[in-house]
Amino acid sequence: MASDAHQKTPVFQTTGLTKTYHQGEVDVHALRGVDLALYPGELVVMLGASGSGKSTLLNILGGLDIPSSGQVRYQDIELSGASDRDLTRYRRDYVGFVFQFYNLIPSLTARENVIAVTEIARDPMAPEDALDMVGLASRMDHFPAQLSGGEQQRVAIARAISKRPQVLLCDEPTGALDSATGILVLVALERANRETGTTTVIITHNASIARMADRVITLSDGVISGEHRNAVRQNPRTLSW
Amino acid sequence: MRGQLLAIALVIAGGVAVCLLSLVNYTSLSATREQYYQEHQFADVFVSVKRAPRQLVQQAASLPGVARLASRVEGTAKLTLPDYPEPVSAHLVSVPPTGQPRVNQLFLREGRLPAPSHAPEVSIIGSFADAHQLRLDDTFSAIINGRKQTLKVVGIVESPEFIYVIPPGGMLPDYQRFGVLWLNQETLAAAMDMRGAFNSLVLQVTPGHSIEDVIDQLDRLLARYGSTGAFARHDQFSHQFLSDELEQLKAMAVIFPAIFMGVAMFLLNVVITRLINTQREIVAILKAFGYSNWQIGWHYSQMVLAIALTGLAIGCFSGLWLGHELGELYMDYYRFPSLLFRIDPQWLVLLTLISLAVALLGGWRSIRSAAALPPAEAMRPEGPARYHITPPEQLLPWIRFRQPSRMIVRQLSRKPGRTTLSVFGIAMATAIVVVGNFQFSSVSLMVHTQFARVQKQDLTATLTDPVNPSALFNMARQNGVRYVEGRRSAPVELVHEHRRWRTVLTGMPPDAHLQFVVDRNLENVSLPPAGLLLTDFLAESLGVRTGDSVQVQVLEGKRPVLTLVVAGITSEFLGVGAYMNLNAMNRALREGPRVNQVLMNLVPEQSNTVYQSLRDTPGIMATNLRQAMLDSFFETLARTFLTYTSIISLLGGIIAFGVIYNTARISLAERGRDLASLRVLGYSHNEVAHILLGELAILLLLGIPLGWATGFGLAGLVVTALQTELYRVPVVVTGKTLALAASVVVLSALISGFITWWRLRRLDLVAVLKTRE
Repeated sequence: MASDAHQKTPVFQTTGLTKTYHQGEVDVHALRGVDLALYPGELVVMLGASGSGKSTLLNILGGLDIPSSGQVRYQDIELSGASDRDLTRYRRDYVGFVFQFYNLIPSLTARENVIAVTEIARDPMAPEDALDMVGLASRMDHFPAQLSGGEQQRVAIARAISKRPQVLLCDEPTGALDSATGILVLVALERANRETGTTTVIITHNASIARMADRVITLSDGVISGEHRNAVRQNPRTLSW
Repeated sequence: MRGQLLAIALVIAGGVAVCLLSLVNYTSLSATREQYYQEHQFADVFVSVKRAPRQLVQQAASLPGVARLASRVEGTAKLTLPDYPEPVSAHLVSVPPTGQPRVNQLFLREGRLPAPSHAPEVSIIGSFADAHQLRLDDTFSAIINGRKQTLKVVGIVESPEFIYVIPPGGMLPDYQRFGVLWLNQETLAAAMDMRGAFNSLVLQVTPGHSIEDVIDQLDRLLARYGSTGAFARHDQFSHQFLSDELEQLKAMAVIFPAIFMGVAMFLLNVVITRLINTQREIVAILKAFGYSNWQIGWHYSQMVLAIALTGLAIGCFSGLWLGHELGELYMDYYRFPSLLFRIDPQWLVLLTLISLAVALLGGWRSIRSAAALPPAEAMRPEGPARYHITPPEQLLPWIRFRQPSRMIVRQLSRKPGRTTLSVFGIAMATAIVVVGNFQFSSVSLMVHTQFARVQKQDLTATLTDPVNPSALFNMARQNGVRYVEGRRSAPVELVHEHRRWRTVLTGMPPDAHLQFVVDRNLENVSLPPAGLLLTDFLAESLGVRTGDSVQVQVLEGKRPVLTLVVAGITSEFLGVGAYMNLNAMNRALREGPRVNQVLMNLVPEQSNTVYQSLRDTPGIMATNLRQAMLDSFFETLARTFLTYTSIISLLGGIIAFGVIYNTARISLAERGRDLASLRVLGYSHNEVAHILLGELAILLLLGIPLGWATGFGLAGLVVTALQTELYRVPVVVTGKTLALAASVVVLSALISGFITWWRLRRLDLVAVLKTRE
């Protein structure tokens, strides 16, 4: 899958992407000109220390934020300068998110958290199938407060993949978990990527995770400082940190 | 947070304002009346006689317990005012040739008191002068005791006896068609053929002496001069009416503020709890640094007190202002020389203490729990909220709830206490508006019932002396008269066991077409051939039921004492009375067939002719017009109620806003993360707003009907509390009132909803995602 990725048209294409935040009297340059292409079906791990700009990049790719300058294009859609309404539409139809703190709705059960997405999606899978895929078929009617952190994160993954998104964006998905639980989450992500062919971006500061990727991009100080391709994607079960 | 705290301050302000406005009016009116009574020597006891020789005055003055006394001649007149065709009647009172009477002295607005002179002079009451724009030196003609005289206005005055001015036989003020005139004693006595005599005594009783005792002595002294019985100040019409009004104000000073303060306490509790939850870490750090529980508690108490003081300040300011405005409005009804604007500083102190106490009580629970938190625990964020599947979802499994709807019901059921109190707060806001408005419908119904169902005559003429009913034939033959009916009325005292009640006994023709008595369902009560009908309020006061016997002491004519059986109970809204069959009454009074009231229906186009001929007919004392009375009443009533309703609606709106805005903002604060998560998942702004606003909508859907019911209940309480001899207001809550109450609350909800919607728009999605639950 990874080998022919380059021949395809990129899903995402960014050119000269910058983002500046005004924090009090200081300007923080989170991104200083990022040129990047992401291809259909590939699993990309973005590495970087905290403050390297990786979350900012992910937020811009996910339509949660807009760049200060430069261009970001998803297929035919120009995301830089898109309206709030267009960005909402874009997130709803194409993007699946997984966050460090899961962001589940505490008042909804696991199944209902997934349904919250499938009922507004254009071509969703059955919520039960999505939960089955992350190994939570038996915990579907539990509320988040009744689930462990790893289970909650797997519900978040089920929720993200249930809409059959074109792209799955994961921001430190294992950041709040111990390594054994984190690996279960990565297994679920890898399986989702493999079985649904969704372009998957995982950002992390944990270099061990990079071995499960097709491609590894390193960010530092708001620019891409390195990129390499793994010859073989390592099974996340064999990872450790 | 600032908006929320201000909303709470406003609710406190609402309570303070309504309390203060009622207190200001109560204190001001009481003080004004008290001072007026004192400065103008208002009488303690009143008595009317048919005619008593002047020598008797000395005898009455020397009765034990009599401190000051004034004898007077009173009478009635029919007036003709330039360019005013309708009948105008007047009550005439004499003033001594020397000027001010010793009792019931007059307040001179303009001019002077009438002096003895050839051309009769008159001082007129201010309300009448205003209604007809009469000035000093104006003249008008009057028929006094059948003789036409031209009266010249020399003064415009007010009297403590006529603070509330009502025409005889009427129930509502009518300043155009009824006035009070003061003439010099010599002039009036001459006109009334009362030279060397008097027909009215007013007197003050020595402080500490029994008023009842003085009344008894007077009754003994004056019985053979046709006394209708002496009565004390509390039975004096104007005084009684004003006292009822003051009682209402006192009730208002308690009921409404209690509701406001309760709601404020609840809001403070919710908001401060929320605030402290968000500041757990700060509390922890402060405690770790060695701040004591007391210092932490005091820190948050200061904020609560600041809210209370802000509310107090706004409330005091607006309460005093509204009190002043409403006081001006009262001056339309009550003829005081001027309104003393008074507020007892004690009340202000008490109100301050209450507001501070309310605020501290409201915040107490959450402040205490913040202060008691061990630092290590405070440092940790609060655990994740627990939810469960709600009963509605279990009971209605066939309804496919959308997930946002599930979020709404689960959020509401997670904190049932808070939800209940929010619903209750909205209900209270609704109820306040209902209570503020129902009175208008109720009074309208009361008056319409009285005049459409009970009194169908266009005109009522009161005769100076009873006449044979054959005189009615002449009246019926006049041009413009459609139908005539005669009645007999006589002042009586009803006695049952130790209870006594002075009222009017009315004899009605058995086949009455114009005026009836009705029961609770507004159905006509047929007149029994013998026996009495009593108004329910009167029967209750006397403690009698149908079938009981009552002693009836007739206070005029041959003054017979009768024992009559109560044959039935009637239900009227206005006034109280005793009724019986006209023929039976005539037999009982042993006077032969007599009537002294004439009820008429007129041909509308010819009514002016009828008025004129009645004016010129000797023996007719006064005439009342139904339509005129209604028109002027509703005009004044509508104006007063509009003001009152606006104030109450505003207050209801403030409560509703306070409750709803705080609910919405707290929801937004507590669920900002959920809502942002949904936005990230692709929910649009409006879809997410639906969750917050849907929650408000459910609170409204539950709160408004509950508020209607509560309002209805409160209205019932208010009505029961305000039942008086003069009127008993029915509880009438119209669809319009309910709609108005709901609109006020919904409008407040829309405003708070819009602010929340706007805030939600500005929610920083990325920032929310970064924070841990």
